[in-house]
Amino acid sequence: MTEIRVFDGQPEASFGDYVQLLKPRVMSLVVFTALVGMLVAPVGLHPVEVVAAILFIALGAGASGALNMWWDADIDAVMQRTRGRPLPSGRVAPGEALGLGLALSGISVVMLGLATNLAAAGLLAFTIFFYAVVYSVWLKRATPQNIVIGGAAGAFPPMIGWVCATGSISLEAVLMFAVIFMWTPPHFWALALFMKEDYHTAGVPMLTVTHGRPATRAHVLVYSVLLTPVAIWAAATSIGGPLTLAVSVVLNLWFVKGAYDIWRRTETVAEADRYRIEKRFFRFSLLYLFVIFAAYLVEAGLKAAGLGGWT
Amino acid sequence: MSFRAPHEIYRRRFGRNLGVGLLLVGFVALVFALTVVKVTRGDSMQGFDHTAAPVNIPDPAVAQSAVAP
Repeated sequence: MTEIRVFDGQPEASFGDYVQLLKPRVMSLVVFTALVGMLVAPVGLHPVEVVAAILFIALGAGASGALNMWWDADIDAVMQRTRGRPLPSGRVAPGEALGLGLALSGISVVMLGLATNLAAAGLLAFTIFFYAVVYSVWLKRATPQNIVIGGAAGAFPPMIGWVCATGSISLEAVLMFAVIFMWTPPHFWALALFMKEDYHTAGVPMLTVTHGRPATRAHVLVYSVLLTPVAIWAAATSIGGPLTLAVSVVLNLWFVKGAYDIWRRTETVAEADRYRIEKRFFRFSLLYLFVIFAAYLVEAGLKAAGLGGWT
Repeated sequence: MSFRAPHEIYRRRFGRNLGVGLLLVGFVALVFALTVVKVTRGDSMQGFDHTAAPVNIPDPAVAQSAVAP
């Protein structure tokens, strides 16, 4: 007797596919910056509260990632880089992604409120709304400034971390937000310069498509220059100190130099060396954010030992 | 009677169920730890035990001043 079984319809999703929906790589940046925001705050939290808060902030970020993938499934299916994601490849049904996103949003906000305070929970809820609705639904397909506004969603985590500890927003929290906010456009536009994706067919107005590549290069330079005073100001507040100031000055000089090199180049030169400068700037921008936030953390450690900070 | 090798789909389902199970156990452990921390670090608490505690008896002087014109 022969038995033939055919599994047609949707391929069964693995646990990893659901993890993919939460954009784990973006989550790692969220975890790091939120942790720094929490640890440099003048009020200390119990280690268990820190772990819980970081977990729920990461979960909230993951939830907004799932909602974003649900909404953008049509774009992801068109573009080479995102075609293999769980939704466009058919491993996860759209309803499942929406359900997971909504459920995790609720759980993360309520649990962060219980673990720390209501202000932090409110800010996390706003961040999820901002990324999933304001950025993904309203602005991403409407304006070439989508990267700038979307950057705000990625800039909230250190502020949420700070509010978890202190219960309110202060200048330091706003400046940590501003550093990531100003850093995001040059970081992503450098990527857009060398990743020649078919945003056009996907219907996403990227600056490289709508305003051309020379304009994008100019934008990278302008935002890099604007980032400098913000980073220096942050280093001059209570989260900074001589070490942070020195690190910020060096990093920003380097950042602006890289952006200047990008601005000076023509497309022909860039294509000739396969976007070497753009790729180098992109890699450096990742290092920039990591080092500058690590400097805040080290400064806080030094201050606790009676060495760093402004006295 | 024959033993068939289980289809790959069952292995994937098992992996998924195991993942969800471990997540739930982790979540319970975290909430428990959080509860212990909140309770042990909380402000001094007083449970009502249905007996007159001195602290609950109003001070006559305060009560007098409250009704005085």
